[in-house]
Amino acid sequence: MPDLAPVLTFARLTMWEASRRKLLLAVLVLTVLVVGATGWGFSEIAHTNGPGGQPLGEVQVRLIASQTLILVTFLFAAVLALMSVLVAAPSISGDVESNIVLALLARPVRRSELVLGKWLGLAALVVMYTAGSAILELAVVDIATGYVPPRPVELMVYVAAIGLVLTTLALMLSTRLAGMTAAIIPLICYFVGWVGGILGGIGQAIGNNGLIAAGVVSRLLLPTDGLWRAAVYAMEPASVVAGLRAAGPLNAANPFAVSDGPAVPFLLWTALWFLVMVGLTLWSFRRREI
Amino acid sequence: MTAAASPAIHCVELSKHFGRTVALAGLTMTVPRGEVFGFLGPNGAGKTTAVKLLLGLLAPTGGEGWVLGQPIGDIPTRRRVGYQPELFRYQPWLTGREVLRLHCELARLPRSAWPEEIDRVLTLVGLRDRDGDRVRTYSKGMQQRLGIAVSLLGSPELIFLDEPTSALDPVGRYDVRQLIHHLRQRGTAVFLNSHLLTEVEMVCDRVAMVDRGRVIATGTLDELLAGQSCRIRVTGLDARQRQSVRAYGEMDDDGEWLLVRGLEPERVPDLVAELVRLGGRVHAVEPRHQTLEDRFLQLLSSGR
Repeated sequence: MPDLAPVLTFARLTMWEASRRKLLLAVLVLTVLVVGATGWGFSEIAHTNGPGGQPLGEVQVRLIASQTLILVTFLFAAVLALMSVLVAAPSISGDVESNIVLALLARPVRRSELVLGKWLGLAALVVMYTAGSAILELAVVDIATGYVPPRPVELMVYVAAIGLVLTTLALMLSTRLAGMTAAIIPLICYFVGWVGGILGGIGQAIGNNGLIAAGVVSRLLLPTDGLWRAAVYAMEPASVVAGLRAAGPLNAANPFAVSDGPAVPFLLWTALWFLVMVGLTLWSFRRREI
Repeated sequence: MTAAASPAIHCVELSKHFGRTVALAGLTMTVPRGEVFGFLGPNGAGKTTAVKLLLGLLAPTGGEGWVLGQPIGDIPTRRRVGYQPELFRYQPWLTGREVLRLHCELARLPRSAWPEEIDRVLTLVGLRDRDGDRVRTYSKGMQQRLGIAVSLLGSPELIFLDEPTSALDPVGRYDVRQLIHHLRQRGTAVFLNSHLLTEVEMVCDRVAMVDRGRVIATGTLDELLAGQSCRIRVTGLDARQRQSVRAYGEMDDDGEWLLVRGLEPERVPDLVAELVRLGGRVHAVEPRHQTLEDRFLQLLSSGR
């Protein structure tokens, strides 16, 4: 059984490395710049006159703000996906290739403790970045337009989960593959999963069972698209949801418009996906020749 | 056999295969406690693989081994073992002192003892004045000194040094030899992996020579080298007279120098007396002329 103390040591070391390599600083500066720019954009929405020369009504501002926030969140999620993968992919392979791992594993620690510590440290970075940037962005949107999405905590949880899925997959691949390869594979899967979700939606719209099945399979293999749709749903005001439901399955292909919250079996599957993937990572690294 | 009385290392037919490649064919040896043990072999002989197996970094394909009386791979035993890998590399973004703190933490040393312990090992390897600098700014030799410092933390009972002087200049090599003498005085067993034979000759009590994953010779330096040969410069004898001392051992004669192999040290004066009795003028006698290198090459060629 892994011991907690070395797991925490390795987690701290992972976060320390991100900080020392100026990753945290770079991300912080860029995030503040982007949030500032979007804040300007949102305040323009709130203070611009409509086509009739009259200021936009509160309902219109809320509607436009909610849709714009979904797009901004899409940008954040994509950046988070890239960062998660690029940081996690060389995490184990880099230490093995540079032989740093030899001196570490000759200490009274298990390989599983190194893997769990790395995962925990990377996961903490993903959660911290998501929570920090989301709170900042939502506060700026609130100040600029007075709009707050209906389920902000769920929004953060689902966006963070996208980053965690990709971190976990990249770390698993990092036990066997070089950093570059371990980064490219999850990114391709992420984009293919995105297209798979759209194809599944098209299948729903036109009643094609093959496409529906393809969408489901891609969502099970990599839950990022399902999590993205759950995040979108958390950002949609009740009026938008009602409109989408009234429109029927025609909107199902649109990855920026979701009529239903995530199904419980999907969330359970996602939890199981994490367990299986971490288990696979532990197994794979235990058998790796170093 | 109690743990305290057990040898530092004992292994029986320890082997490691990587797919079809046999890295270690079947290593059987015993390293006593408190001795400096030289593990010699040509490149690719399986030296580093053996160290990794003994440390539990690799799982053996076959055989068994015990380190400090416990089966190899035993996690708590690693608290009593130090290791400097052959390809040493430490987190370039940490300072030297931070690397040592990390290893103190992983080695589960009591936190209150860290500063003193870190100062002690930094002083031993001569890195005290650079401990606050990032490892990235260290020269290769300084990184190697740091690696040795890491292996010394917590005063382990057994230290594996895998080519510990590969990046060091002559002064650094001298320092490492002094350090190994210091460790021996403290009763620490040192497992020294090296292909620098002169260095091994200077510090080791006992050596094992490996080739193609097998031990081809083992013993104390005296057992391996003493009396093996003697070189004598002698003039004033004709060829027949020179050949008459053949009884003392296998002989090479270049007309001036006689090289006699397989000669016990006690018999060297007898041989010299015999040469003088025959009328020879003896200019030089070099008993135990054979170096570890000669012996090593001889063993390698006879085994192949």
